[in-house]
Amino acid sequence: MTPGRALGLALAALLAAGPFLPLGGMKEYGLHVMVQIFIWSFIGGAWSLMGRFRLVSLGHGAFLGLGAYATTLLWNSWGLTPWLGGVLAVLLTAVVAVIVAYPCSRFQVVGHYFALVTLAVGEVVRLLIIAERNWTGGSLGVSLRPAGRDSLVAMQFADKRVFYYAAFVLWLLGLWVWARVDRSMARSAMEAIGEDETAAASVGIHITRFKIGITVLSASLTAVGGVAYAQYISYVNPDTLAGIGVSLRIVFAVVLGGMYSLLGATVGTALTIALGEYLRIVFGLRFIGMAETIYGLLLIVFIIFLPSGIYGSLRDLVQRLRSAPARAEA
Amino acid sequence: MIEPIFLAEAAINGIMLGGILALLALGLNLIFGVIDIVWIAYVDLVMVCMYVLYFVVQVYGWPFWLGALAAMAFGAALGVGVHLLIITPILGSAPVNQLLATGGLLFFLQSFATFLWTTDHKSVRLALPSWEIGGIFLPATRLIPFAISILALAGLYVFLTRTYVGTAIRAVSQDREAMALMGASPQRIYIVTSAVGGLMAGLAGALLLFQYSVHPFFGGQFGPLTFMICVLGGLGNMVGAFVASFVMSEIISIAGVVWSTEMGYVIAFVVFIVMIFARPGGILARRQ
Amino acid sequence: MSLLELRGVTAGYGQFTALWDVSLSVAAGEAVAVVGPNGAGKTTLLRVISGLIAPRAGGLAFDGAALGGKPAYEIVAHGVAHVPEGRRIFPVLTVSDNLKMGAYLPAARRRFAESLERVYALFPVLAERRAQRAGSLSGGEQQMLAIGRALMSRPKLILLDEPSMGLAPVMVLRVFDLIRRIREEGYTILVVEQNVRQVLKLVDRAYLLEVGRIKMEGRAAELGEQDFVRKAYVGL
Repeated sequence: MTPGRALGLALAALLAAGPFLPLGGMKEYGLHVMVQIFIWSFIGGAWSLMGRFRLVSLGHGAFLGLGAYATTLLWNSWGLTPWLGGVLAVLLTAVVAVIVAYPCSRFQVVGHYFALVTLAVGEVVRLLIIAERNWTGGSLGVSLRPAGRDSLVAMQFADKRVFYYAAFVLWLLGLWVWARVDRSMARSAMEAIGEDETAAASVGIHITRFKIGITVLSASLTAVGGVAYAQYISYVNPDTLAGIGVSLRIVFAVVLGGMYSLLGATVGTALTIALGEYLRIVFGLRFIGMAETIYGLLLIVFIIFLPSGIYGSLRDLVQRLRSAPARAEA
Repeated sequence: MIEPIFLAEAAINGIMLGGILALLALGLNLIFGVIDIVWIAYVDLVMVCMYVLYFVVQVYGWPFWLGALAAMAFGAALGVGVHLLIITPILGSAPVNQLLATGGLLFFLQSFATFLWTTDHKSVRLALPSWEIGGIFLPATRLIPFAISILALAGLYVFLTRTYVGTAIRAVSQDREAMALMGASPQRIYIVTSAVGGLMAGLAGALLLFQYSVHPFFGGQFGPLTFMICVLGGLGNMVGAFVASFVMSEIISIAGVVWSTEMGYVIAFVVFIVMIFARPGGILARRQ
Repeated sequence: MSLLELRGVTAGYGQFTALWDVSLSVAAGEAVAVVGPNGAGKTTLLRVISGLIAPRAGGLAFDGAALGGKPAYEIVAHGVAHVPEGRRIFPVLTVSDNLKMGAYLPAARRRFAESLERVYALFPVLAERRAQRAGSLSGGEQQMLAIGRALMSRPKLILLDEPSMGLAPVMVLRVFDLIRRIREEGYTILVVEQNVRQVLKLVDRAYLLEVGRIKMEGRAAELGEQDFVRKAYVGL
């Protein structure tokens, strides 16, 4: 067993044992933060599936919102279990993803254009939610209709530990998918697309199919994340689950962590959530906006000084340290 | 069925709105065309300029026109500051990082404005007349901003086509390296461009304050729309952005009357998405 | 004393080194050619002189000033005009705006009208098309515009990178003819060309560059006589 794998297993064991650790009064809060980290890391990982192939989406809020709202509204209006509602929501998201991805890929909408098209999709979903206020609750959002008791069918539980384990499993699932995509044949092909469209085309890769495939996968997983988040928070709101704000936050976390590594999204998400929570505790209700101000400022600083993310910058540093003695010998 | 008179009024309002949208879109497009970076926070700079104008007019009692000039100067300084502090270090970075750095600025400006001025809506009361022609209301709060924005765009056109620096700005957007060979320092051109872009943000802010109240999240109302107009017109294409501004403002204005404000935006955005697929190079681009 | 002097210049892009220890000089009033096969580093040489890339080692002196490592926009002000490979005119600007940009430097701006008259006299076709978009010109006309734009800065030295590239044979002859006329006006020229036979007729001296190193140097006529040069490049 390699040291890296041993460390990973130890960490996974620690995370699995998390709810039983003696945290005293901090327990509920600690679990809450961890659930958020798991879910948003999962969503970040889903975003990075596309991002690493230079499909920079600024509209993942759309997929998140579709997942969350479809499930919530199906449950509230018709009492459809989120298990089934979630499947329908993910299918709906996949269809939307195809509608966006097919023409983008067909007409070579790339770079800034792709980012702005996806941004428009995110805004369309947010505005549709607000416009259809009769049954979506508009910009005030809508609460999940309580089932009244713990219910597997309604996916509602009073005990945070249930959500903790569910989110933990979801996170592991996300890592597994990420690693699968990373390892599969698609990897070299898609990276070739990132590098040079014509070169990839000449070796016989169907670019359109790959781009659509990866977009649908990324969007569907994001919708799953939206379902999970909505069930956990039991309240959906167009500004926290759709639109530019949330889309940018997802991208920030991933770029901060490093989008080319398995744990990049997790590291970045954990860091931004920890930072956000810390600032919230420090300022509390005293200086409204101050926590977010510092958050924004730090993000700018991070992007300027750690352009390849925390993981990438650490790797560069290690490489430089390793090559420095080698050069001294030569 | 909606009475034709309301549709006519909506169409005229659309034209009025289009002038200001064009100002916003051309400011952003100028910066994009020259520096090749999309300022995600552009309309949030407008928001800050609106606050500046609000304070000098309402709190310090300056006349509105003087406050507007101050807001423009402030916008220009802000533009230069953004370029030097945020854009210059990331000129060579990956596009996603460039988007995110200005996206971080968006978070910063929105929350700092919340911290300083709370989320209350603030507006300047202007006692201006309104005219009625054939049942259509033409308030000065719409006519004056429209006239000024058209004048300002004409001024921009003259600046970009008649002066050395303006022509150099257009030249840099076509070939950065060749312009360096003509003896123009790229950084100086960037600073001038950012200042002009900021100046236009200040002016747009002043004109928007005629009709809208300002709050920290004002940028969300016009920001995405502005990007879309730029893309629709063709990134870096000034004439295209001008035309696209009026197309979008008409859609928003007329659909807003027929259905609802949000649906107006939704339809405009859907038209945008469809247009991107039909004409990826912008509405004025020739099909290949 | 020479106008341009390179001593032991080494330069390249990233990990790749395109020029090794290149020394070269051009005297005022002289026309000099650099010839060599594709990928020899000819374009890199001109880019180092005009400041588009900084030399890694060696010295670059022009008109008594050390210019190595200075940015391009400063080097232009010393009197070096670079007509880059592929012409690089501003396609969406009009012909006259392109020429206006050639006179961007403050010193050149003051003599704009006079320079413009000279360029239009030299290239009457540019005067005819002054209001047209530069991108709509033919290849040969674009090359004239690129050269005219360089002249607008009132340079002491003109760097020409492959002026005949991509032109129809009849246009190639015209461009060489024009370069001869510019030369007769007293400009100092450093030209890089694939078309060795033509260019050797035009210049006083020539350098042969191969895989980034100067292989040979001499009077144009003498170099043309060298057996292997004739066989390899002149095609006789």
